[in-house]
Amino acid sequence: MSDSIARETLGVDLRDIHKQFYGVKANEGVNFQLRPGEVHALLGENGAGKSTLCSILAGLYRPDAGEMVIDGEPVVFKSPKDALAAGIGMVYQHFRLVPNLTVAENLALGHHNLGVLVDQKDLQSDAAELGERYGLPVDATARIWQLSVGEQQRVEILKLLYRDARVLILDEPTAVLTPQESQALFSTMRQLTDEGRSVIFVSHKLHEVKQVSDRVSVMRQGQMVGEIDTADAEPRDLARMMVGRDLELPTREEDESTGEPVLVVRDLRVPGDRGLESVKGVSFEVRAGEVVGVAGVSGNGQRELAYGLVGLRRPTAGSVSLDSVDVTEANVLEHIRQGLAYVPQNRLGMGLSPGLTTEDNLGLKAFREAPYSKGRQLVPAAFKTRGKDLIAQYDIRGVVPGLPIRLLSGGNLQKALLAREVEMQPKILIARSPTRGLDVGATEAVRNSILRERQRGTGILLMSEDLDELLALSDRLIVLYEGEIVGELTARMATAERLGLLMAGQKDGGN
Amino acid sequence: MNDSQLILTIVAAIGLGTPLIFATVGEIITERAGILNLGVQGTMLVGAVTGFWATFQTGSLTLGILASLLAGAAFSVIHAFASITLRVSQIVSGLALTIFGTGLASFLGKAGSDPLVGEPARDQFDAIISGGIADWPVVGPLIFGHDILVYVAWIAAGAASYYLFRTRMGLSLRAVGEDPASAESAGVNVAWVRYVHVMAGGALAGLGGAYYPLALVPTWQDNPIGAAGWIAIALVILASWRPWRALFAAYLFGAAARIQFTLQTLGEPWSSIPATILAMIPFVLAIIAMIALTSGKRARFLGAPAALGIPYFREQR
Repeated sequence: MSDSIARETLGVDLRDIHKQFYGVKANEGVNFQLRPGEVHALLGENGAGKSTLCSILAGLYRPDAGEMVIDGEPVVFKSPKDALAAGIGMVYQHFRLVPNLTVAENLALGHHNLGVLVDQKDLQSDAAELGERYGLPVDATARIWQLSVGEQQRVEILKLLYRDARVLILDEPTAVLTPQESQALFSTMRQLTDEGRSVIFVSHKLHEVKQVSDRVSVMRQGQMVGEIDTADAEPRDLARMMVGRDLELPTREEDESTGEPVLVVRDLRVPGDRGLESVKGVSFEVRAGEVVGVAGVSGNGQRELAYGLVGLRRPTAGSVSLDSVDVTEANVLEHIRQGLAYVPQNRLGMGLSPGLTTEDNLGLKAFREAPYSKGRQLVPAAFKTRGKDLIAQYDIRGVVPGLPIRLLSGGNLQKALLAREVEMQPKILIARSPTRGLDVGATEAVRNSILRERQRGTGILLMSEDLDELLALSDRLIVLYEGEIVGELTARMATAERLGLLMAGQKDGGN
Repeated sequence: MNDSQLILTIVAAIGLGTPLIFATVGEIITERAGILNLGVQGTMLVGAVTGFWATFQTGSLTLGILASLLAGAAFSVIHAFASITLRVSQIVSGLALTIFGTGLASFLGKAGSDPLVGEPARDQFDAIISGGIADWPVVGPLIFGHDILVYVAWIAAGAASYYLFRTRMGLSLRAVGEDPASAESAGVNVAWVRYVHVMAGGALAGLGGAYYPLALVPTWQDNPIGAAGWIAIALVILASWRPWRALFAAYLFGAAARIQFTLQTLGEPWSSIPATILAMIPFVLAIIAMIALTSGKRARFLGAPAALGIPYFREQR
């Protein structure tokens, strides 16, 4: 490991960067300057082109046009290797760690490639020393798949420091962290800039940007729309720059549901993929006309809980009742017939069939009944006419009749999926991260759909990692930690801080 | 004592297993880079005919082996180009390689006015030690009585193991096979690593092929290797992608291939089992081993490279 203070800090200047993917303009004439020693926030909606810009700077993508200048010298990066050699490294949103290798091996990978021997002990002590210096403790002998998401992120940062990166690009680093973990990350970022390194902090959360950055650049639809010192930036102005208009995301109207319980879960236990118990005795209920939010850092049993509730995985103990009927042992079809609608996290693949047309996908759950079926025969014309109606009614855009649904954008896919589920007139709707990766317009539409269902008297179980969304939509919130419910809060009592503490496993999150 | 059926069977198993070691270790190296090469059978045959021809022309076994290594590496470049650069289905490309290689080797063996078919090898690999310690009871024939390539195979398995788990290049190789995107972000040149190891695997397959006409049956006949290439692909799984285990897996199959001859020498009732049934033993064994190893929860601990068979495209979104 070379001495970290010795190398000069870098100034980065990106000029008129263009990049297209299959005809979609991800970056359109973007200019971006990074000063040495600053935390520079890159703010923008999903799909604004932030990740693309960062991936270009990190050498992963090559720009179609434009110039990169580092410390006054034009550079061309052919691969991440070149960027790392120049002192620029990136922590991607989806971590780039080899799951089956140890922490130490991941640190060593690709570094000093010509050296012959790998000495595990040396690597481990290097890792431990670095971790201690930057407040990023991690067990160097552990394999990546054994680590929590927060720990994996620390490894990613250590990987860059191990190569003495001068510019660290962090792509939405807080998306996977609890509020407390985010604070720890911010102090690490400060320490890095104190040493003269600079950090590009990608986010779409205004309060984080406000808290941690020195300057902000805002992107919208592939273009840079402004750059401003953070001290001068009002959150409302940033929001307007980000979305291009004033924005009012729908929130729940205040009124407590007094409906009958439509989903009753008692001491439910569900196994995980590796056979161990992932949901460890969970009890709760959802009433008609109520949104119950499920908060938790991903991987704390949300997926298994959803599988157990919709019949995709047989619980090992406990019971699930839908509308007073026990469905613990029932298969998926029986759940659907009992009035259950499900919006899975993986909308293309699990929610929708990518290769079928939009019209066919819209009929994919109701096809056993009229008008889609007549006895045992399908009525193809019904798919066309019903489909057309639903596409218009739910404002699903970009549909070309006869072409597969996978060609639609994420927002329109989600609208189609929700249209199909809501059209079943469910008694209970289970939705997992329904607005993840969607732009503001689509998020608005999806949230409105959920609130309309609530108004209609559907019980809704909303599982999400987006705390703002949970707080905006939920009447009540439960927090999952390591497969158990560690807290239950009413909307009035819930704050991001309290939820954060509970998500970190502290049962008395209120104090 | 050294003439007992047991000893003779084991010695024969070592001989029959040796080409399988080369091919299996080669395929392990290839698959560790995330490339599935179903062209082993074709590559072995091309190595076999090239090696035999080179020795036939020059009288030199060394040149024969060099030729088979080069031919194997060069032939597998086709698969590397198709699967790494063009990103076509590795299954299709590998099968095409086998079909092509089988035809090419057969053609080269029959081509010209003076074809190779039926010609004896001008030289062949013999035991490097005769008499002395090679005649010692038990250990003589089992350890000291072999030709040089048997020992080279041992070294190859050990070296491959060391390379994979103790060197930085080996670490890069494993990372590329597990998760090319992560490896690339860490500064590893994924395409280069894959090319090099597909070719290295091809070279070893070529060498394995050449062992048949230069050591086991020193003459050229159409398809001298049987289905060894396919067995090698099964052995990779049986060895759970670890070179050391390939050594034992290969000898086990060598023994299975030999058992039919041993049984015939044992007299009734063994010798009345039809030879065609006995010839199936290695393949039945392969199927049973695969089912036993890959079924249920055990599969997870096998250690198949996670990115095996998946084309890698850096700018995929």
